[in-house]
Amino acid sequence: MSMSKLGFLCLLAFTSFCLVPGLCLAEPTPRLGELMSQEEIAFWDRSITPDGTNLPPGSGSVKEGEEVYIAKCAACHGEDGRGQAPLVALVGGQGSLTESKPIKTVGSYWPYATTLFDYIRRAMPFGQQKSLTDDEIYAVTAYTLFLNGVIDAHSRLTPANLNMVVMPNRSGFYWDQGASRPTQKH
Amino acid sequence: MASAQAAAETSPIAFPEWMTRPGAPLSGYGTPAQHESAVARSRMSSPLSTTIGASTTPLESLQGRITPNGLHFERHHSGVPNIDPAQHELKIHGAVRRPLKFSVDSLLRYPMTSKFYFLECSGNGFLNLLDNPLDASCGTLNGLVSCSEWTGVRLSLLLEEAGIDADASWLIAEGADAASLVRSIPLEKALDDVLIALYQNGERIRPEQGYPMRLFVPGWEGNVSVKWLHRLKVASSPAQSRSETATYTDLMPDGRAEQFTFTMGVKSVITHPSGTMNLAAPGIYELAGIAWSGHGAIARVEVSADGGKSWAEAALDAPVIDKCVCRFRIPWQWDGAPATLMSRATDSAGNVQPTRAEFQKRYSPGNMYHFNGILAWGVEASGRVSNVYV
Repeated sequence: MSMSKLGFLCLLAFTSFCLVPGLCLAEPTPRLGELMSQEEIAFWDRSITPDGTNLPPGSGSVKEGEEVYIAKCAACHGEDGRGQAPLVALVGGQGSLTESKPIKTVGSYWPYATTLFDYIRRAMPFGQQKSLTDDEIYAVTAYTLFLNGVIDAHSRLTPANLNMVVMPNRSGFYWDQGASRPTQKH
Repeated sequence: MASAQAAAETSPIAFPEWMTRPGAPLSGYGTPAQHESAVARSRMSSPLSTTIGASTTPLESLQGRITPNGLHFERHHSGVPNIDPAQHELKIHGAVRRPLKFSVDSLLRYPMTSKFYFLECSGNGFLNLLDNPLDASCGTLNGLVSCSEWTGVRLSLLLEEAGIDADASWLIAEGADAASLVRSIPLEKALDDVLIALYQNGERIRPEQGYPMRLFVPGWEGNVSVKWLHRLKVASSPAQSRSETATYTDLMPDGRAEQFTFTMGVKSVITHPSGTMNLAAPGIYELAGIAWSGHGAIARVEVSADGGKSWAEAALDAPVIDKCVCRFRIPWQWDGAPATLMSRATDSAGNVQPTRAEFQKRYSPGNMYHFNGILAWGVEASGRVSNVYV
């Protein structure tokens, strides 16, 4: 890095290194990032992927979930999860995906049960986000899956079995692996 | 004063009041003219909560390419958080050698990049997919698109500082709103032209656009430009979050859904004249509109006044910028007979805007995302302009 008398970094010298795409030296930055602690990463990393990564300890049953659901969810989703607009249905809609008004629910559309847990944990219940305990989230996830006929009434979800739940529309999604390239359709 | 009054009493020609006394004092932050107060976003919110929904840019009231910050479209999933920048951090972790956190103040010290880009919600124009054309304004129908100069830190600089693992291929971005919205983007794009945007049209990003910072992903559906950005996780696969599975996925004719259809297609719309306007009388009008494409720059905009039977090429305002709104204009002589006005854009990658029918054929009838079909305005003999399907 050359430096002029005034202290300006010589950007020209840098650009001259850019002969090979991808090997270009980054431009100088103040590098002010501070190292995160393991505790900070553990608290903030709430991305739960389909393989079950980051599922927290805990468990919940369909029966326990019914109580949570009636108290915290039914007002917006309906007692049976089949709320009509403006309520948001979580149940039903099978066979509607090719119709002009598809009903996209957990049972008819969502491909992963882990996504349901992840979404409830970050964004529900509406108005009291991030208020449920992890046990309550396992339980209400179980109840929602039970309402959709995905698991039976005696089920209990845990970090070990949530990612094993096979959703009805699991094979209903695909993506173009070259999606990031600028030549894709649309 | 007395002489002005005397003049007004004796002649209809007189000084208007504002020429006869001092106006308003200096102000700290200016506001639009009082007589322009009707120019506002049109709001569509859930009956369950006014914090869930969208508001559209009033395209019919604007000229040029830049959207004023207070009129940029909004799409919120859980309201606009009131974030204290002193307590906000951008965290980068996951498949990196050094998991890092950056304060807002520290990011403001980094080298900045400024670019003019459009931003469009993937649901923009969904009302044009209803069975019958809705009689509404251009903005209400098509205004989930806006254009700004975005200034911020290139994400590649921060990822380089954190040191990405060789086998990483995705980046998972999370917002600090109550919805904690999550989207995944391929690392290839993140390292290409993505910004951590801190300024919009010269001023710090407004709360409804993600204050104190948002991800800005040029040319891609607006939802991936995560607002109130506070966390980026480098990963080897996408998160499969709700917003990339249950929503923002395109239903295809066989009932399956395509995910990660990021790039916004080439599109245009005539803003002047447009829906709900009235042409005063036959004569010369300037047809003007906007065109944009996530694939590159606008190469050409053709305009038809006879429902697509004949087309003429419009002039494009310079400069024509990659992944940015381009203003087009063409003079039009209205003879007073009914007319159908349409525009068709072509981008630098050779993509041509499809007809509405061609677009619909590609998808399941219930798909409401990524509509970029050719739009039409009908002009009646009375001069009334309304939304029509061709």
